[in-house]
Amino acid sequence: MKNHALYNLREKLMAERAQHSKKVCVCMGGSCISSGAQKVLDKMKEEVRHLSPGSGVEVKAVGCMGACAKGPLVKIENDDVIYQKVTAENFKPILTDHVKNHKPVPHMVIFSDTDSQPTMKSSEHSFYKNQKMIVLENCSKIDPDSIEDYIAIGGYKALQKALTQMSPEEVIGEVKQSGIRGRGGAGFPTGNKWEMSYKYVGEQKYLVCNGDEGDPGAFMDRSVLESDPHRVLEGMILGGYAIGASRGFAYIRGEYPLAIQRFGNAIQKAKKMGLVSKNILETNFSFDVEIRIGAGAFVCGEETALLASIEGKRGTPHPRPPYPAEKGLWGMPTIINNVETFASIAPIVERGGEWYAGIGTPKSTGTKVFALSGCIQNTGLVEVPIGTTLRQVIFDIGGGIPNGRKFKAAQTGGPSGGCIPEQHLDTPLDYDALVKLGSIMGSGGLIVMDEGSCMPDVARFFMEFCMDESCGKCVPCRVGTKQMYDLLTKICKGTATEYDLELLESLAPMVRETSLCGLGQSAPNPLLSTLRYFRDEYVAHVKEKRCPAGVCNFTPAPVEVH
Amino acid sequence: MATLNPPPAAQALPKNDPRVRRILTIMSTHGKRRDSLIQVLHAVQELFGYLPKPIIELVAKELRIPASQVYGVVTFYHFFTLKPRGEHSCVVCTGTACYVKGANNLIEELEKGFGIKPGEVTKDNKLGIQTARCIGSCGLAPAVVYDGEVIPRVKPGEIVAKVQERLGAEL
Repeated sequence: MKNHALYNLREKLMAERAQHSKKVCVCMGGSCISSGAQKVLDKMKEEVRHLSPGSGVEVKAVGCMGACAKGPLVKIENDDVIYQKVTAENFKPILTDHVKNHKPVPHMVIFSDTDSQPTMKSSEHSFYKNQKMIVLENCSKIDPDSIEDYIAIGGYKALQKALTQMSPEEVIGEVKQSGIRGRGGAGFPTGNKWEMSYKYVGEQKYLVCNGDEGDPGAFMDRSVLESDPHRVLEGMILGGYAIGASRGFAYIRGEYPLAIQRFGNAIQKAKKMGLVSKNILETNFSFDVEIRIGAGAFVCGEETALLASIEGKRGTPHPRPPYPAEKGLWGMPTIINNVETFASIAPIVERGGEWYAGIGTPKSTGTKVFALSGCIQNTGLVEVPIGTTLRQVIFDIGGGIPNGRKFKAAQTGGPSGGCIPEQHLDTPLDYDALVKLGSIMGSGGLIVMDEGSCMPDVARFFMEFCMDESCGKCVPCRVGTKQMYDLLTKICKGTATEYDLELLESLAPMVRETSLCGLGQSAPNPLLSTLRYFRDEYVAHVKEKRCPAGVCNFTPAPVEVH
Repeated sequence: MATLNPPPAAQALPKNDPRVRRILTIMSTHGKRRDSLIQVLHAVQELFGYLPKPIIELVAKELRIPASQVYGVVTFYHFFTLKPRGEHSCVVCTGTACYVKGANNLIEELEKGFGIKPGEVTKDNKLGIQTARCIGSCGLAPAVVYDGEVIPRVKPGEIVAKVQERLGAEL
């Protein structure tokens, strides 16, 4: 496709879309589908065809609206009203009262079951009002399976700008200026990574999108891939142009069939339009993308293990340096970025690095998507400027803890992160502040725990995860996680002594310092952070044989027969 | 995780099994490249429900990878299984959000209700229970996936009946 043809197509699509007087958007995110959204969509379409043909009302499938626990969600876009828990049986008032007679239906409005006063306009509700959407901005507006929708909303504009007006160095320059740091968790500056890779020479360079979202409790990448796959794809093409890679791989978890299907569909459609092809937009730049389906190994989120897996091997990491930017896939320069990082690239290129750098904090710019779950009123996907405090996210956006219970801890970073207690709720969520607290930003899972959670048991839960997922290549991780798990099990069963606690405290730093890759290096984090903030609970288990949260079952120690 | 023992009985697969032909076609579309191994294994498991030994040997031969290395890959990844699964699968999500909301109790209830542990199949081969690390539906916690359908927000004491209802619907 030629550059001006894409301009013309966008103009035409925008004009077409402006003709619809009312848009009824049905959320087709993974969670809403699980709650029965497909039936709602079909029934609503049928009803609109019957009731008011030619009325200009359009019923359409869109991506995730964020409030995943309230689904299926339906949004009347022109009026900015979202309805919750819509079913094939109860949707009619939305069409007859609201769409036809302009009278909204207060008792079905989102959060009306938990708020004392329903807020009609969703953007005025505290859940949405306090968010700043960049990565998720298109999700609830476009049909993920329609490239036309993406183009009409301004998609592939950044690609046009980069390919026709900017050199690869200039693209890297914008990304550097934006200050964006890798959203996979470690927070390495993306621009620097790209610059390194740009400088290395190789007959073939590769670009990899890491969609192996293995942290339990994290579903940001899943939602972005399911809701706005073209945004991720555009970011990948831009990355390929910047570093000079002509081949890309998207490594997506096997547990996410819908994400695989929608991203695959996006690639096919982009290929048909010549946006993933040879000589894109009649320039010298060519790019091809392939999907690789993960097979369930947490360690494959580590970049060198991920590369081994793409090559079809066991996903075991290898020591760095050499970094993948120098020697990656098949020994060639390769950059690996997370889904969310790629989803932020198109806006950075289009609106400029300076604009992006103005959001967030000076050292951690931009926005971050968090998957809010656990014991919290409003579960779902939220995007906030980095530096927003935990308290704002959990209480202002998340609506606090339900059932009148008390907040106990927030867990960030999954099995590699830690638990943050109440006294640190006013900490800004940024890369460096979280490390200081003994946790990490991680990919964005944020699980809230109330007083019903037992901290040694939580540490044991994560340690079991790391033990199972340890690839076995290096001893500290393979043996250390098993030993720590056994000690934690003793604590939770009430058979541990004070010596066991000491042993645990000396073992944890050793595993952290001597493991080969990030999995082992961070495996002690949940244990260490809970020990740091909830030591009294450990002591209660060990000394008093008591579980303050009432979770652990103390079975009497078996009588030894001599 | 897939375990090596016991390996399934090596049944000879009919030469004209359309699934075998399909696998051969898939390998050809990948240009029989070695790096396509995991993708090919995904296809095998989708067609057969597990990875039968003769097929693994066929894949090893066609992709020119030692069978030992293919086994190495198969046993490394959780997704692959060498044992046939039950006709229906019931997967309990054990991700953090589901854990916080009581996934462990769901597993216990299923163990008691069907007399099998995660990773096992009922004697009549109707139902297999498995666990998953996180299915990414944390907003619906605790969640169970029955034959690909998510059963959201399972309350204590109702999972066995919900599974039985779905098993019964088929009979």
